[in-house]
Amino acid sequence: MNEAIALVTLAAALTAAVARWRWAPDWIVAALGAVIVVAVGALSFHGARTALGRLGPTVGFLAALLVLADGCRRAGVFDTLGRLMALGSHGRPRRLLAMVFLAAAGTTAVLSLDATIVLLTPIVFATAARLPTSPRPHVYACSHLANSASLLLPVSNLTNLLAFAACGVSFTRFAALMALPWLAALAIEWVVLTRVFADDLRGAAPVVPSGAAAERPGLPRFALAVVGLTLAGFAVSSVVGVAPVWFATAGAVALTIAQPPASVGSLVGAAEPAFLVFVLGLGVIVSAAGVNGLSSVVDSLLPHGSDLPALLAVAFVSAILANLVNNLPATLIVVAVVSASAPGAVLAMLIGVNVGPNLTYVGSLATLLWRRIVHAHDEDVDVGQFLKLGALTVPGILVAATVGLWLALQVV
Amino acid sequence: MRALVWITEVSWQACVDQARELLPADAEVTILHVAASDVEQLAGHPGPGRLGRHRPAPPGPTVREIGEAEARSLLQAAAERFGRGAQTVARRGRVEREVLEAVDELPADVLVLARDGAPRREPKSIGHFARFVVDHAGCPVLLVWGERPQLEMQWPPHLR
Repeated sequence: MNEAIALVTLAAALTAAVARWRWAPDWIVAALGAVIVVAVGALSFHGARTALGRLGPTVGFLAALLVLADGCRRAGVFDTLGRLMALGSHGRPRRLLAMVFLAAAGTTAVLSLDATIVLLTPIVFATAARLPTSPRPHVYACSHLANSASLLLPVSNLTNLLAFAACGVSFTRFAALMALPWLAALAIEWVVLTRVFADDLRGAAPVVPSGAAAERPGLPRFALAVVGLTLAGFAVSSVVGVAPVWFATAGAVALTIAQPPASVGSLVGAAEPAFLVFVLGLGVIVSAAGVNGLSSVVDSLLPHGSDLPALLAVAFVSAILANLVNNLPATLIVVAVVSASAPGAVLAMLIGVNVGPNLTYVGSLATLLWRRIVHAHDEDVDVGQFLKLGALTVPGILVAATVGLWLALQVV
Repeated sequence: MRALVWITEVSWQACVDQARELLPADAEVTILHVAASDVEQLAGHPGPGRLGRHRPAPPGPTVREIGEAEARSLLQAAAERFGRGAQTVARRGRVEREVLEAVDELPADVLVLARDGAPRREPKSIGHFARFVVDHAGCPVLLVWGERPQLEMQWPPHLR
Protein backbone atom coordinates (compact mmCIF):
# COMPACT_ATOMS: atom_id res chain seq x y z
CA MET A 1 0.00 0.00 0.00
CA ASN A 2 2.77 2.42 1.04
CA GLU A 3 4.65 1.48 -2.10
CA ALA A 4 1.66 2.36 -4.28
CA ILE A 5 1.09 5.70 -2.51
CA ALA A 6 4.76 6.68 -2.85
CA LEU A 7 4.81 5.81 -6.56
CA VAL A 8 1.51 7.57 -7.26
CA THR A 9 2.68 10.79 -5.57
CA LEU A 10 5.97 10.57 -7.49
CA ALA A 11 4.06 10.16 -10.74
CA ALA A 12 1.76 13.07 -9.82
CA ALA A 13 4.69 15.41 -9.07
CA LEU A 14 6.48 14.47 -12.30
CA THR A 15 3.31 14.82 -14.36
CA ALA A 16 2.56 18.23 -12.84
CA ALA A 17 6.11 19.35 -13.68
CA VAL A 18 5.83 18.23 -17.29
CA ALA A 19 2.20 19.21 -17.91
CA ARG A 20 2.42 22.69 -16.33
CA TRP A 21 -1.26 22.88 -15.39
CA ARG A 22 -2.30 26.32 -14.22
CA TRP A 23 -4.61 24.87 -11.60
CA ALA A 24 -1.93 22.57 -10.14
CA PRO A 25 1.55 24.10 -10.13
CA ASP A 26 4.26 21.46 -9.77
CA TRP A 27 5.65 22.93 -6.55
CA ILE A 28 2.29 22.69 -4.80
CA VAL A 29 1.78 19.12 -6.04
CA ALA A 30 5.30 18.15 -4.86
CA ALA A 31 4.86 19.82 -1.45
CA LEU A 32 1.43 18.21 -0.97
CA GLY A 33 2.83 14.85 -2.06
CA ALA A 34 5.63 15.15 0.51
CA VAL A 35 3.08 15.86 3.23
CA ILE A 36 0.92 12.92 2.11
CA VAL A 37 3.73 10.32 2.07
CA VAL A 38 4.66 11.30 5.63
CA ALA A 39 1.03 11.52 6.82
CA VAL A 40 0.15 8.01 5.59
CA GLY A 41 3.38 6.58 6.95
CA ALA A 42 5.05 5.74 3.60
CA LEU A 43 8.03 7.65 4.97
CA SER A 44 8.75 8.12 8.67
CA PHE A 45 8.94 11.63 10.08
CA HIS A 46 12.59 10.96 10.84
CA GLY A 47 13.16 9.83 7.26
CA ALA A 48 11.58 13.02 5.91
CA ARG A 49 13.73 15.12 8.23
CA THR A 50 16.87 13.32 7.08
CA ALA A 51 15.93 13.87 3.42
CA LEU A 52 15.24 17.57 3.99
CA GLY A 53 18.41 17.94 6.07
CA ARG A 54 20.40 16.46 3.19
CA LEU A 55 18.71 18.54 0.49
CA GLY A 56 18.41 21.84 2.39
CA PRO A 57 22.04 22.96 2.02
CA THR A 58 22.05 21.87 -1.65
CA VAL A 59 18.93 23.91 -2.38
CA GLY A 60 20.43 26.88 -0.52
CA PHE A 61 23.59 26.46 -2.61
CA LEU A 62 21.51 26.56 -5.79
CA ALA A 63 19.66 29.70 -4.63
CA ALA A 64 23.00 31.43 -3.91
CA LEU A 65 24.31 30.50 -7.37
CA LEU A 66 21.16 31.79 -9.08
CA VAL A 67 21.42 35.11 -7.20
CA LEU A 68 25.16 35.31 -8.02
CA ALA A 69 24.46 34.76 -11.74
CA ASP A 70 21.71 37.39 -11.72
CA GLY A 71 24.11 39.82 -10.03
CA CYS A 72 26.58 39.17 -12.84
CA ARG A 73 23.83 40.06 -15.33
CA ARG A 74 23.07 43.34 -13.54
CA ALA A 75 26.79 44.14 -13.47
CA GLY A 76 26.86 43.70 -17.27
CA VAL A 77 29.02 40.57 -17.40
CA PHE A 78 26.95 38.95 -20.17
CA ASP A 79 26.61 42.16 -22.23
CA THR A 80 30.39 42.51 -22.06
CA LEU A 81 30.81 38.89 -23.11
CA GLY A 82 28.56 39.60 -26.12
CA ARG A 83 30.62 42.61 -27.18
CA LEU A 84 33.89 40.72 -26.71
CA MET A 85 32.54 37.84 -28.82
CA ALA A 86 31.50 40.24 -31.60
CA LEU A 87 34.85 42.03 -31.47
CA GLY A 88 36.92 38.84 -31.39
CA SER A 89 35.04 37.13 -34.20
CA HIS A 90 35.88 39.79 -36.85
CA GLY A 91 32.55 38.79 -38.40
CA ARG A 92 33.81 35.29 -39.20
CA PRO A 93 31.12 32.76 -38.23
CA ARG A 94 33.54 29.99 -37.29
CA ARG A 95 35.54 32.30 -35.02
CA LEU A 96 32.32 33.50 -33.48
CA LEU A 97 31.31 29.90 -32.80
CA ALA A 98 34.68 29.28 -31.13
CA MET A 99 34.08 32.30 -28.89
CA VAL A 100 30.54 31.14 -28.15
CA PHE A 101 32.01 27.77 -27.13
CA LEU A 102 34.43 29.47 -24.74
CA ALA A 103 31.74 31.72 -23.27
CA ALA A 104 29.11 28.98 -22.93
CA ALA A 105 31.51 26.37 -21.54
CA GLY A 106 32.91 28.86 -19.03
CA THR A 107 29.53 30.28 -18.00
CA THR A 108 28.02 26.82 -17.60
CA ALA A 109 30.95 25.49 -15.59
CA VAL A 110 31.21 28.45 -13.22
CA LEU A 111 27.69 29.90 -12.96
CA SER A 112 25.65 26.77 -13.85
CA LEU A 113 23.62 25.77 -16.87
CA ASP A 114 20.80 28.12 -15.89
CA ALA A 115 23.02 31.15 -16.43
CA THR A 116 23.88 29.91 -19.92
CA ILE A 117 20.27 29.24 -20.89
CA VAL A 118 18.57 32.26 -19.34
CA LEU A 119 21.28 34.93 -19.43
CA LEU A 120 23.90 34.03 -22.06
CA THR A 121 21.84 32.52 -24.91
CA PRO A 122 19.77 35.69 -25.62
CA ILE A 123 23.02 37.69 -25.70
CA VAL A 124 24.56 35.19 -28.12
CA PHE A 125 21.47 35.44 -30.33
CA ALA A 126 21.64 39.25 -30.35
CA THR A 127 25.40 39.19 -31.04
CA ALA A 128 25.04 36.80 -33.98
CA ALA A 129 21.98 38.63 -35.35
CA ARG A 130 23.97 41.87 -35.59
CA LEU A 131 26.74 40.21 -37.62
CA PRO A 132 26.41 39.01 -41.22
CA THR A 133 25.91 35.44 -40.06
CA SER A 134 23.10 33.06 -39.24
CA PRO A 135 22.46 32.82 -35.47
CA ARG A 136 21.51 29.15 -35.88
CA PRO A 137 24.77 27.32 -35.04
CA HIS A 138 25.54 29.70 -32.15
CA VAL A 139 22.15 29.31 -30.49
CA TYR A 140 22.19 25.52 -30.91
CA ALA A 141 25.72 25.48 -29.45
CA CYS A 142 24.55 27.36 -26.33
CA SER A 143 21.59 25.07 -25.92
CA HIS A 144 23.77 21.95 -26.20
CA LEU A 145 26.69 23.20 -24.11
CA ALA A 146 24.37 24.17 -21.25
CA ASN A 147 24.05 20.41 -20.74
CA SER A 148 27.26 18.86 -22.00
CA ALA A 149 29.56 21.54 -20.52
CA SER A 150 27.90 21.15 -17.12
CA LEU A 151 30.17 18.23 -16.18
CA LEU A 152 33.16 20.16 -14.81
CA LEU A 153 32.34 21.55 -11.37
CA PRO A 154 29.86 20.69 -8.61
CA VAL A 155 28.26 24.13 -9.20
CA SER A 156 27.72 23.61 -12.94
CA ASN A 157 24.40 21.78 -12.60
CA LEU A 158 21.89 21.09 -9.82
CA THR A 159 22.39 17.37 -10.50
CA ASN A 160 26.10 17.84 -9.72
CA LEU A 161 25.27 19.64 -6.47
CA LEU A 162 23.01 16.75 -5.41
CA ALA A 163 25.66 14.16 -6.28
CA PHE A 164 28.44 16.26 -4.72
CA ALA A 165 26.56 16.33 -1.43
CA ALA A 166 26.11 12.56 -1.57
CA CYS A 167 29.45 11.23 -2.82
CA GLY A 168 31.82 12.88 -0.38
CA VAL A 169 34.65 13.94 -2.73
CA SER A 170 36.22 17.39 -2.32
CA PHE A 171 35.44 20.25 -4.75
CA THR A 172 38.91 20.06 -6.31
CA ARG A 173 38.89 16.26 -6.67
CA PHE A 174 35.47 16.48 -8.34
CA ALA A 175 36.87 19.02 -10.81
CA ALA A 176 40.05 16.98 -11.39
CA LEU A 177 38.05 13.81 -12.11
CA MET A 178 35.59 15.58 -14.40
CA ALA A 179 38.07 17.74 -16.36
CA LEU A 180 38.80 15.05 -18.95
CA PRO A 181 35.10 14.09 -19.45
CA TRP A 182 34.28 17.82 -19.81
CA LEU A 183 36.97 18.34 -22.45
CA ALA A 184 35.88 15.19 -24.30
CA ALA A 185 32.30 16.49 -24.37
CA LEU A 186 33.40 19.90 -25.70
CA ALA A 187 35.56 18.30 -28.39
CA ILE A 188 32.73 16.10 -29.67
CA GLU A 189 30.26 19.00 -29.63
CA TRP A 190 32.72 21.10 -31.67
CA VAL A 191 33.31 18.40 -34.28
CA VAL A 192 29.59 17.62 -34.69
CA LEU A 193 28.27 21.20 -34.63
CA THR A 194 30.85 22.49 -37.13
CA ARG A 195 30.01 19.57 -39.48
CA VAL A 196 26.21 19.82 -39.18
CA PHE A 197 26.17 23.61 -39.54
CA ALA A 198 28.96 23.80 -42.14
CA ASP A 199 26.69 25.79 -44.51
CA ASP A 200 25.92 28.41 -41.86
CA LEU A 201 29.56 28.74 -40.83
CA ARG A 202 30.96 29.24 -44.31
CA GLY A 203 32.74 32.34 -45.48
CA ALA A 204 31.09 35.73 -45.18
CA ALA A 205 33.41 38.61 -45.78
CA PRO A 206 35.22 39.58 -42.60
CA VAL A 207 33.73 42.66 -41.01
CA VAL A 208 35.88 45.30 -39.42
CA PRO A 209 33.85 46.68 -36.54
CA SER A 210 33.60 50.44 -36.49
CA GLY A 211 32.43 53.16 -34.15
CA ALA A 212 31.29 52.17 -30.68
CA ALA A 213 31.40 48.46 -31.58
CA ALA A 214 35.14 48.67 -32.26
CA GLU A 215 35.98 49.94 -28.79
CA ARG A 216 37.04 47.38 -26.27
CA PRO A 217 34.30 47.40 -23.64
CA GLY A 218 35.20 48.21 -20.04
CA LEU A 219 35.21 45.06 -17.94
CA PRO A 220 32.83 44.72 -14.98
CA ARG A 221 35.84 44.23 -12.73
CA PHE A 222 34.06 43.97 -9.41
CA ALA A 223 31.67 41.25 -10.55
CA LEU A 224 34.48 39.28 -12.19
CA ALA A 225 36.58 39.61 -9.02
CA VAL A 226 33.68 38.34 -6.91
CA VAL A 227 33.19 35.33 -9.21
CA GLY A 228 36.96 34.66 -9.19
CA LEU A 229 37.14 34.84 -5.40
CA THR A 230 34.08 32.62 -5.06
CA LEU A 231 35.74 30.03 -7.31
CA ALA A 232 38.97 30.29 -5.30
CA GLY A 233 36.89 29.78 -2.16
CA PHE A 234 35.36 26.61 -3.67
CA ALA A 235 38.86 25.34 -4.47
CA VAL A 236 40.20 25.79 -0.94
CA SER A 237 36.94 24.84 0.82
CA SER A 238 38.07 21.36 1.85
CA VAL A 239 41.46 22.67 3.01
CA VAL A 240 40.05 25.42 5.23
CA GLY A 241 37.10 23.28 6.33
CA VAL A 242 34.36 25.68 5.19
CA ALA A 243 31.53 24.24 3.10
CA PRO A 244 31.46 25.64 -0.49
CA VAL A 245 27.88 26.85 0.02
CA TRP A 246 29.22 29.64 2.27
CA PHE A 247 31.54 30.97 -0.41
CA ALA A 248 28.64 30.99 -2.88
CA THR A 249 26.50 32.83 -0.32
CA ALA A 250 29.27 35.38 0.34
CA GLY A 251 29.64 35.97 -3.40
CA ALA A 252 25.89 36.38 -3.85
CA VAL A 253 25.68 38.84 -0.93
CA ALA A 254 28.67 40.87 -2.16
CA LEU A 255 27.22 41.24 -5.67
CA THR A 256 23.75 42.03 -4.33
CA ILE A 257 25.17 44.86 -2.22
CA ALA A 258 27.41 46.21 -4.99
CA GLN A 259 24.74 45.87 -7.72
CA PRO A 260 21.43 46.24 -5.88
CA PRO A 261 18.50 44.61 -7.70
CA ALA A 262 15.54 46.74 -8.79
CA SER A 263 13.38 45.36 -6.00
CA VAL A 264 13.32 42.72 -3.29
CA GLY A 265 10.80 40.91 -5.48
CA SER A 266 13.24 40.61 -8.38
CA LEU A 267 15.94 39.33 -5.99
CA VAL A 268 13.62 36.65 -4.64
CA GLY A 269 12.41 35.88 -8.17
CA ALA A 270 15.99 35.29 -9.34
CA ALA A 271 16.33 32.55 -6.72
CA GLU A 272 13.23 30.79 -8.13
CA PRO A 273 11.62 29.92 -4.77
CA ALA A 274 8.86 27.80 -6.37
CA PHE A 275 11.47 25.61 -8.00
CA LEU A 276 13.37 25.23 -4.73
CA VAL A 277 10.16 24.07 -2.99
CA PHE A 278 9.60 21.62 -5.86
CA VAL A 279 13.09 20.14 -5.38
CA LEU A 280 12.57 19.72 -1.62
CA GLY A 281 9.13 18.14 -2.07
CA LEU A 282 10.37 15.83 -4.82
CA GLY A 283 13.33 14.82 -2.64
CA VAL A 284 10.99 13.69 0.16
CA ILE A 285 8.74 11.82 -2.28
CA VAL A 286 11.71 10.05 -3.89
CA SER A 287 12.98 9.04 -0.41
CA ALA A 288 9.57 7.53 0.30
CA ALA A 289 9.57 5.69 -3.04
CA GLY A 290 13.16 4.59 -2.34
CA VAL A 291 12.46 2.93 1.04
CA ASN A 292 9.34 1.34 -0.44
CA GLY A 293 11.11 -0.62 -3.12
CA LEU A 294 12.19 1.82 -5.87
CA SER A 295 15.79 1.79 -4.65
CA SER A 296 16.04 -1.98 -4.83
CA VAL A 297 14.58 -2.00 -8.36
CA VAL A 298 17.09 0.65 -9.54
CA ASP A 299 19.84 -1.16 -7.64
CA SER A 300 19.12 -4.36 -9.54
CA LEU A 301 19.19 -2.46 -12.86
CA LEU A 302 22.55 -0.81 -12.24
CA PRO A 303 25.84 -2.69 -12.40
CA HIS A 304 28.22 -2.37 -9.48
CA GLY A 305 31.93 -1.78 -9.45
CA SER A 306 34.13 0.86 -10.99
CA ASP A 307 35.57 -0.93 -14.00
CA LEU A 308 34.97 0.64 -17.39
CA PRO A 309 32.01 -1.54 -18.53
CA ALA A 310 30.20 -0.88 -15.22
CA LEU A 311 30.76 2.90 -15.50
CA LEU A 312 29.54 2.88 -19.12
CA ALA A 313 26.44 0.95 -18.12
CA VAL A 314 25.70 3.43 -15.30
CA ALA A 315 26.12 6.38 -17.69
CA PHE A 316 23.79 4.88 -20.33
CA VAL A 317 21.13 3.73 -17.84
CA SER A 318 21.18 7.20 -16.24
CA ALA A 319 20.85 8.88 -19.63
CA ILE A 320 17.84 6.68 -20.44
CA LEU A 321 16.28 7.34 -17.03
CA ALA A 322 16.83 11.09 -17.47
CA ASN A 323 14.89 10.90 -20.74
CA LEU A 324 12.08 8.93 -19.14
CA VAL A 325 11.53 11.03 -16.01
CA ASN A 326 13.78 14.14 -16.49
CA ASN A 327 17.27 14.48 -15.11
CA LEU A 328 16.48 15.91 -11.68
CA PRO A 329 14.20 13.06 -10.51
CA ALA A 330 16.59 10.59 -12.21
CA THR A 331 19.47 12.01 -10.15
CA LEU A 332 17.52 11.82 -6.90
CA ILE A 333 16.55 8.21 -7.65
CA VAL A 334 19.97 6.99 -8.80
CA VAL A 335 22.15 8.91 -6.33
CA ALA A 336 20.43 7.20 -3.39
CA VAL A 337 21.54 3.84 -4.83
CA VAL A 338 25.02 4.51 -6.19
CA SER A 339 26.41 6.94 -3.62
CA ALA A 340 27.18 3.99 -1.37
CA SER A 341 29.45 2.31 -3.91
CA ALA A 342 32.15 4.72 -5.10
CA PRO A 343 32.60 8.23 -6.47
CA GLY A 344 33.25 6.68 -9.89
CA ALA A 345 29.69 5.42 -10.18
CA VAL A 346 28.21 8.74 -8.98
CA LEU A 347 30.23 10.69 -11.54
CA ALA A 348 29.33 8.23 -14.33
CA MET A 349 25.69 8.77 -13.39
CA LEU A 350 26.23 12.53 -13.71
CA ILE A 351 27.63 12.06 -17.23
CA GLY A 352 24.41 10.23 -18.09
CA VAL A 353 21.91 12.61 -16.51
CA ASN A 354 23.73 15.77 -17.68
CA VAL A 355 24.42 14.79 -21.29
CA GLY A 356 21.32 12.61 -21.84
CA PRO A 357 18.87 15.57 -21.94
CA ASN A 358 20.62 16.83 -25.09
CA LEU A 359 18.56 14.33 -27.07
CA THR A 360 15.76 16.92 -26.88
CA TYR A 361 15.63 20.63 -26.06
CA VAL A 362 13.01 20.19 -23.33
CA GLY A 363 15.01 17.97 -21.00
CA SER A 364 13.54 14.56 -21.73
CA LEU A 365 11.88 12.53 -24.44
CA ALA A 366 8.87 12.10 -22.15
CA THR A 367 8.39 15.87 -21.90
CA LEU A 368 8.83 16.25 -25.66
CA LEU A 369 6.16 13.62 -26.41
CA TRP A 370 3.79 15.27 -23.96
CA ARG A 371 4.29 18.67 -25.58
CA ARG A 372 3.80 17.27 -29.06
CA ILE A 373 0.55 15.66 -27.99
CA VAL A 374 -0.91 18.48 -25.91
CA HIS A 375 0.40 21.62 -27.57
CA ALA A 376 0.80 20.27 -31.08
CA HIS A 377 1.25 23.67 -32.77
CA ASP A 378 2.43 25.61 -29.78
CA GLU A 379 6.12 25.44 -30.51
CA ASP A 380 8.10 25.97 -33.70
CA VAL A 381 11.37 24.43 -32.55
CA ASP A 382 12.56 22.12 -35.30
CA VAL A 383 12.39 18.86 -33.39
CA GLY A 384 14.03 16.92 -36.23
CA GLN A 385 17.09 19.16 -36.23
CA PHE A 386 17.49 18.90 -32.48
CA LEU A 387 16.96 15.13 -32.40
CA LYS A 388 19.54 14.73 -35.16
CA LEU A 389 22.10 16.78 -33.25
CA GLY A 390 21.31 14.83 -30.09
CA ALA A 391 21.65 11.49 -31.85
CA LEU A 392 25.01 12.58 -33.31
CA THR A 393 26.49 13.88 -30.04
CA VAL A 394 24.95 12.14 -27.03
CA PRO A 395 26.10 8.51 -27.54
CA GLY A 396 29.63 9.62 -28.47
CA ILE A 397 29.91 11.96 -25.50
CA LEU A 398 28.58 9.31 -23.11
CA VAL A 399 31.30 6.90 -24.26
CA ALA A 400 34.17 9.41 -24.54
CA ALA A 401 33.38 11.20 -21.27
CA THR A 402 33.02 7.92 -19.36
CA VAL A 403 36.32 6.64 -20.76
CA GLY A 404 37.84 9.98 -19.70
CA LEU A 405 36.39 9.54 -16.22
CA TRP A 406 37.73 5.99 -16.01
CA LEU A 407 41.22 7.22 -17.01
CA ALA A 408 41.04 10.05 -14.47
CA LEU A 409 40.01 7.60 -11.74
CA GLN A 410 43.22 5.61 -12.41
CA VAL A 411 45.35 8.73 -11.86
CA VAL A 412 43.58 11.17 -9.50
CA MET B 1 6.88 41.10 -63.94
CA ARG B 2 6.75 40.58 -60.20
CA ALA B 3 10.04 39.42 -58.69
CA LEU B 4 10.66 38.19 -55.17
CA VAL B 5 14.26 38.48 -53.93
CA TRP B 6 14.93 36.28 -50.89
CA ILE B 7 17.91 37.56 -48.91
CA THR B 8 19.80 36.12 -45.94
CA GLU B 9 22.22 37.71 -43.46
CA VAL B 10 25.20 36.13 -45.19
CA SER B 11 24.68 36.72 -48.91
CA TRP B 12 22.26 39.67 -49.11
CA GLN B 13 24.66 42.04 -50.84
CA ALA B 14 25.58 39.66 -53.67
CA CYS B 15 21.94 38.65 -54.03
CA VAL B 16 20.68 42.24 -54.29
CA ASP B 17 23.48 43.29 -56.69
CA GLN B 18 22.82 40.43 -59.09
CA ALA B 19 19.04 40.94 -58.90
CA ARG B 20 19.57 44.57 -59.97
CA GLU B 21 21.81 43.46 -62.87
CA LEU B 22 19.64 40.60 -64.12
CA LEU B 23 16.03 41.67 -63.53
CA PRO B 24 14.35 43.92 -66.14
CA ALA B 25 14.24 47.60 -65.14
CA ASP B 26 10.43 47.62 -64.97
CA ALA B 27 10.17 44.58 -62.67
CA GLU B 28 8.16 45.10 -59.49
CA VAL B 29 10.64 43.90 -56.87
CA THR B 30 9.87 42.68 -53.35
CA ILE B 31 12.76 41.86 -51.03
CA LEU B 32 12.04 39.11 -48.49
CA HIS B 33 13.75 38.12 -45.26
CA VAL B 34 12.63 35.16 -43.14
CA ALA B 35 13.57 34.92 -39.46
CA ALA B 36 13.98 31.31 -38.34
CA SER B 37 11.43 30.95 -35.56
CA ASP B 38 12.99 27.72 -34.31
CA VAL B 39 16.24 29.56 -33.54
CA GLU B 40 14.40 32.43 -31.83
CA GLN B 41 12.37 29.98 -29.82
CA LEU B 42 15.41 27.96 -28.80
CA ALA B 43 17.22 31.15 -27.75
CA GLY B 44 14.28 32.16 -25.56
CA HIS B 45 13.39 28.68 -24.32
CA PRO B 46 13.56 28.00 -20.58
CA GLY B 47 15.60 24.94 -21.47
CA PRO B 48 16.16 21.59 -19.88
CA GLY B 49 16.97 21.03 -16.25
CA ARG B 50 13.97 23.03 -15.09
CA LEU B 51 11.44 20.60 -16.53
CA GLY B 52 10.47 23.25 -19.05
CA ARG B 53 9.09 25.69 -16.48
CA HIS B 54 8.80 29.35 -17.37
CA ARG B 55 11.43 31.47 -15.72
CA PRO B 56 11.46 35.21 -15.16
CA ALA B 57 12.94 36.65 -18.35
CA PRO B 58 15.80 39.08 -17.80
CA PRO B 59 14.81 42.70 -18.49
CA GLY B 60 15.47 44.22 -21.90
CA PRO B 61 14.17 43.36 -25.37
CA THR B 62 13.08 39.78 -25.92
CA VAL B 63 14.83 37.53 -28.38
CA ARG B 64 11.94 37.99 -30.81
CA GLU B 65 12.11 41.79 -30.59
CA ILE B 66 15.86 41.68 -31.27
CA GLY B 67 15.26 39.39 -34.25
CA GLU B 68 12.55 41.66 -35.66
CA ALA B 69 14.69 44.79 -35.29
CA GLU B 70 17.66 43.15 -37.03
CA ALA B 71 15.44 41.88 -39.87
CA ARG B 72 14.03 45.40 -40.38
CA SER B 73 17.46 47.00 -40.59
CA LEU B 74 18.72 44.27 -42.93
CA LEU B 75 15.75 44.77 -45.28
CA GLN B 76 16.22 48.53 -45.20
CA ALA B 77 19.92 48.19 -46.07
CA ALA B 78 19.02 45.78 -48.89
CA ALA B 79 16.36 48.13 -50.32
CA GLU B 80 18.83 51.04 -50.26
CA ARG B 81 21.50 48.95 -51.96
CA PHE B 82 19.02 47.80 -54.63
CA GLY B 83 18.33 51.45 -55.33
CA ARG B 84 15.45 51.10 -57.81
CA GLY B 85 12.62 51.17 -55.31
CA ALA B 86 11.55 47.86 -53.83
CA GLN B 87 8.95 46.64 -51.37
CA THR B 88 10.24 44.78 -48.32
CA VAL B 89 8.61 41.88 -46.49
CA ALA B 90 9.69 40.35 -43.20
CA ARG B 91 8.32 36.94 -42.24
CA ARG B 92 9.09 34.48 -39.48
CA GLY B 93 8.60 30.75 -39.28
CA ARG B 94 10.20 27.70 -40.87
CA VAL B 95 12.46 29.40 -43.40
CA GLU B 96 11.96 27.19 -46.45
CA ARG B 97 8.17 27.04 -46.09
CA GLU B 98 7.81 30.78 -45.51
CA VAL B 99 9.74 31.52 -48.71
CA LEU B 100 7.46 29.24 -50.73
CA GLU B 101 4.34 30.75 -49.17
CA ALA B 102 5.61 34.26 -49.93
CA VAL B 103 6.10 33.24 -53.58
CA ASP B 104 2.53 31.97 -53.80
CA GLU B 105 0.99 34.91 -51.94
CA LEU B 106 2.62 37.63 -54.05
CA PRO B 107 2.32 35.73 -56.54
CA ALA B 108 5.84 36.04 -57.91
CA ASP B 109 6.74 35.52 -61.59
CA VAL B 110 10.34 34.87 -60.64
CA LEU B 111 12.18 34.10 -57.39
CA VAL B 112 15.75 35.31 -56.94
CA LEU B 113 17.89 33.59 -54.34
CA ALA B 114 21.57 33.05 -53.62
CA ARG B 115 23.31 29.72 -53.22
CA ASP B 116 23.99 29.20 -49.54
CA GLY B 117 26.58 26.45 -49.72
CA ALA B 118 30.21 25.98 -50.72
CA PRO B 119 31.44 28.47 -53.38
CA ARG B 120 32.31 25.64 -55.77
CA ARG B 121 30.58 24.16 -58.80
CA GLU B 122 29.19 21.11 -57.03
CA PRO B 123 25.98 19.88 -55.35
CA LYS B 124 27.12 21.22 -51.97
CA SER B 125 26.93 24.77 -53.36
CA ILE B 126 23.24 24.71 -52.42
CA GLY B 127 22.47 24.23 -48.74
CA HIS B 128 19.44 22.68 -47.08
CA PHE B 129 17.00 25.61 -47.18
CA ALA B 130 17.83 26.86 -50.67
CA ARG B 131 17.65 23.32 -52.06
CA PHE B 132 14.19 22.81 -50.57
CA VAL B 133 13.03 26.11 -52.06
CA VAL B 134 14.50 25.34 -55.51
CA ASP B 135 12.94 21.88 -55.45
CA HIS B 136 9.47 23.11 -54.49
CA ALA B 137 9.12 26.60 -55.97
CA GLY B 138 6.13 27.01 -58.27
CA CYS B 139 7.70 29.80 -60.34
CA PRO B 140 10.94 30.18 -62.33
CA VAL B 141 13.95 30.50 -60.04
CA LEU B 142 16.97 32.72 -60.64
CA LEU B 143 19.81 31.16 -58.65
CA VAL B 144 22.78 33.52 -58.17
CA TRP B 145 26.15 33.03 -56.51
CA GLY B 146 26.33 34.22 -52.90
CA GLU B 147 30.07 34.67 -53.15
CA ARG B 148 32.56 34.44 -55.98
CA PRO B 149 32.90 30.76 -56.86
CA GLN B 150 36.01 28.86 -57.86
CA LEU B 151 35.33 28.80 -61.54
CA GLU B 152 37.35 25.80 -62.67
CA MET B 153 35.02 22.82 -62.76
CA GLN B 154 36.21 19.80 -60.78
CA TRP B 155 34.46 16.82 -62.36
CA PRO B 156 33.67 14.09 -59.86
CA PRO B 157 36.00 11.06 -60.29
CA HIS B 158 33.36 8.81 -61.92
CA LEU B 159 32.65 11.42 -64.63
CA ARG B 160 36.26 12.24 -65.50
